[in-house]
Amino acid sequence: MSEKRVVVVGGGLAGLASVMKLTELGVKVDLISLTPVKRSHSVCAQGGINSCNDQTRQLGDDEWKHLDDTVYGGDFLNHQPPVKEMAYWAPKVIELMDRLGVPFNRTGEGFIDRRRFGGTLYKRTAFAGATTGQQLLYALDEQVRRQETEGMVRKFEFWDFLGPIKDEEGRCRGITAQDMVSMEIRAFPADAVVVATGGCGLIYGRSTMSVFCTGSAASRCFQAGAKYANGEFIQVHPTAIPGADKLRLMSESARGEGGRVWVPRQAQDPRAPRDIAESDRYYFLEERYPEYGNLVPRDIATREIFDICVNEGLSVEDDRMCVYLDLTHIPKAELDRKLGGILEIYEKFQGVDPRVEPMKIFPAVHYSMGGLWADYVKSADGGLEPGAPQNHMTSIEGLYAIGECDYHYHGANRLGANSLLSCIFTGLFTGPSIVNYIENQKQGHAETPPTLLESARQAQVDRHESLLTGNPDSDENPYLIHQELGDLMTRVATVVRKNDQLTDAMAKVEELHRRAMKVSLSDTGGWTNQNVIFAKSLQDMFPLAKCLLKGALQRDECRGAHYKPEFQKPSLTAEDPAERRQQAEAWCDEFEANNERYLKSTIATWDAQTMSPDLTYEDVDTSLIPPRPRLYGLVGADIIEQVWKARAKAKAEGRQLAPT
Amino acid sequence: MIALEPTIKNRPEFFKVRVKRQDGPGKEPYWELHKIKYESEMNVISVLQRIAAQATNLDGKRVNPVAWDCGCLEEVCGSCTMVINGRVRQSCSALVDRLLAENPDEIVLEPMTKFPVIRDLMVDRQRLFEGLEKVKAWVPVDSYYNMGPGERQLRETQERNYPLSQCMSCGCCLEACPQYNKIELTQQQGESDEAFDARKKAAFDQAFVGPHAISQAMLFNNHPTGKALSPERLDALSGPGGITACGNAQNCVAVCPKEIPLTTSIARAGRATTVHAVKKWFDK
Repeated sequence: MSEKRVVVVGGGLAGLASVMKLTELGVKVDLISLTPVKRSHSVCAQGGINSCNDQTRQLGDDEWKHLDDTVYGGDFLNHQPPVKEMAYWAPKVIELMDRLGVPFNRTGEGFIDRRRFGGTLYKRTAFAGATTGQQLLYALDEQVRRQETEGMVRKFEFWDFLGPIKDEEGRCRGITAQDMVSMEIRAFPADAVVVATGGCGLIYGRSTMSVFCTGSAASRCFQAGAKYANGEFIQVHPTAIPGADKLRLMSESARGEGGRVWVPRQAQDPRAPRDIAESDRYYFLEERYPEYGNLVPRDIATREIFDICVNEGLSVEDDRMCVYLDLTHIPKAELDRKLGGILEIYEKFQGVDPRVEPMKIFPAVHYSMGGLWADYVKSADGGLEPGAPQNHMTSIEGLYAIGECDYHYHGANRLGANSLLSCIFTGLFTGPSIVNYIENQKQGHAETPPTLLESARQAQVDRHESLLTGNPDSDENPYLIHQELGDLMTRVATVVRKNDQLTDAMAKVEELHRRAMKVSLSDTGGWTNQNVIFAKSLQDMFPLAKCLLKGALQRDECRGAHYKPEFQKPSLTAEDPAERRQQAEAWCDEFEANNERYLKSTIATWDAQTMSPDLTYEDVDTSLIPPRPRLYGLVGADIIEQVWKARAKAKAEGRQLAPT
Repeated sequence: MIALEPTIKNRPEFFKVRVKRQDGPGKEPYWELHKIKYESEMNVISVLQRIAAQATNLDGKRVNPVAWDCGCLEEVCGSCTMVINGRVRQSCSALVDRLLAENPDEIVLEPMTKFPVIRDLMVDRQRLFEGLEKVKAWVPVDSYYNMGPGERQLRETQERNYPLSQCMSCGCCLEACPQYNKIELTQQQGESDEAFDARKKAAFDQAFVGPHAISQAMLFNNHPTGKALSPERLDALSGPGGITACGNAQNCVAVCPKEIPLTTSIARAGRATTVHAVKKWFDK
């Protein structure tokens, strides 16, 4: 075959890692991005990137334990073969990034320094100050710029991806995209297409995500026939700075470096925080979770902060919910060296120096664990088969999904510092798979039928034109509809979910969707029209919002970030040991029955007729590490664990458990 | 007796925002006045979001939303640079309370002047990224395969490099630099995209590369593998548009939102290019 050409959509960590690897393998790339790639949302990642390392290994850590922590933290909804492959690649990924010039913090002897993150007891996290995502992205951006000068990459920045182009056989033959400056719509033929377009936080209005994280690119693939999985799993980060335009992330690394979360024991204690004696402070995470302390997994920390403010009424302020995140006991020089970037953000936006006064923080929508469904081929050793063309291919042949917009790695809850890893890993790992896929094709990008390209382009031109002129009598304002959507989603689909509210919200979202389909634009011009670009992305938020709500409604359980108090399994109450044991047995029975029913990926397909998703459920590959109860901090955890281990052992030995 | 806190007493119900607008390249700029309802904790981003949602100006006349560029809203992406109350800065970290303290009458928003205006507050910063290409701001690794760890590095080296590596290509330093002047070319009739691009590149190449790029050159010259390209970077900085174009006004370092020691980088580049020139002369 002649020259290979791939379109990569999205220039964050995953997209750039993909471009870099593909060009190394001799593939030419058209890189499409809404923003200059150096400004992609990956810059906002702060804390670090995980791998087991020489130091943790000597304390008993290894790649398998990284896998274990990741799937346990993810409540076993992660597909284990991809996670295993990622964990085994992790040390190599960090070494490569080090070679590319990422200024990781160093120990006194010149090794890469590490800190501890949530959901693990090992110091696995490499970091570059508190702007690790920015530093990793820049290293990849530099390499892609280098490839650009070699003529391997054409960048299309300020271009909006409009959708995949499918031929009669359903194979992806390229994409359509729109120049956000000149508004030109163009078709890009390709041998394969990679979408690496991140999360969908803007569905919630305000989140920790950048303004372009609307999820519209994933939604456009979904509406073109790609399956979308686990949409209901949205991570709410425990610590963010509330703001009028955005909820700014306050990295987990603040707690990784010793930051402590507390509230005054007396509700709305009027004293300044430094005047409140130790004994009058409630370090609720440390008290409730003695083992992990402030570094419990994110879903748990978030629920506890929410609980302290909403149910216990202990919010620091009375008109606004927040708790203290306290770093003031750590020497200033150390704070500046390891956390400088995030402390500056707090200082700039809040006008308070967090080195002197505890920060006030509250949870915020942060990450989409779910995303486009994608395939993989399991290898004999339980990881992924390198180079298999199916790896990360969506349900549309030739269309790949990587990074935050895929769904495999983080299950029901992502561990901190695993996202940068999954993004770079998937970008690098899929390179050979894509090349092999291309080599198996009879027709390349150059043979794409011109009529196919033209009809796809025309369909997008029609959509564009009808938005500009189609609704002269309507007074629906896209920005106001977005606000309504965001408020609604934040109210019903974040930390606590209730079925009556979800049902109600689905009806409201349906109505908002119909209104959004006939918005009236204040700008109908043909030059740099941000109004129409936003209107399109708003319309495309709804299919994902609907997946999210319907998936949440149908999942009657608690799993990771998806929490329905109505279906929470109770702590053990009995004092008598025999009775307590019986309760633990019953608890484990229920746990198994629940897994039987709900330990499944939610798979959505889009029905364009009804404008709604159809859901089915798919088994999760848990062949490497059998699911076990997630018991962080539960009363009776010890006895449940005993019972569970006995059962697991019996199962492994293949005998039936005698009834007790 | 009513004793309001001073901050509360000074809070207006509404405030005015004056925006310098321009419908496209080559069009005449014009001023437009907006009235925004005051809320606490606003920044210039939320002001522009309100303007977009209102879709009317001060007189109630229907107007197009103002075009502007933004991304992370927490001052790490470098998108939202503009001239606010006469000073170049990021609009996300420009807080309304502080701006009104500077000038209680109105907030004035203008596009950067050193780059061609695309529309309203949006400018074309392509040249900024071309500067990074010119100085080969990357580490020339052999491959992206797993080849083991990089070299060990002293903490001191990391601490010297990390601040430089935080440059987010926002362009504040270029706006403030008296030696960095606007280059605005227009595509001629019949000229292909590629030919136009090449013509722009040639023009950029002759003009001052800018403090951000000089600083990146110093960053990579201080990296164990990156320094392999040191002679080429110094050649680039010795030619036209290089270090000698710097007039030492030191404005760059004063406006950098990340407080990057740009003038230190420029001084180092000055010494390094001199040494490089002498060495080349002896090697002749």
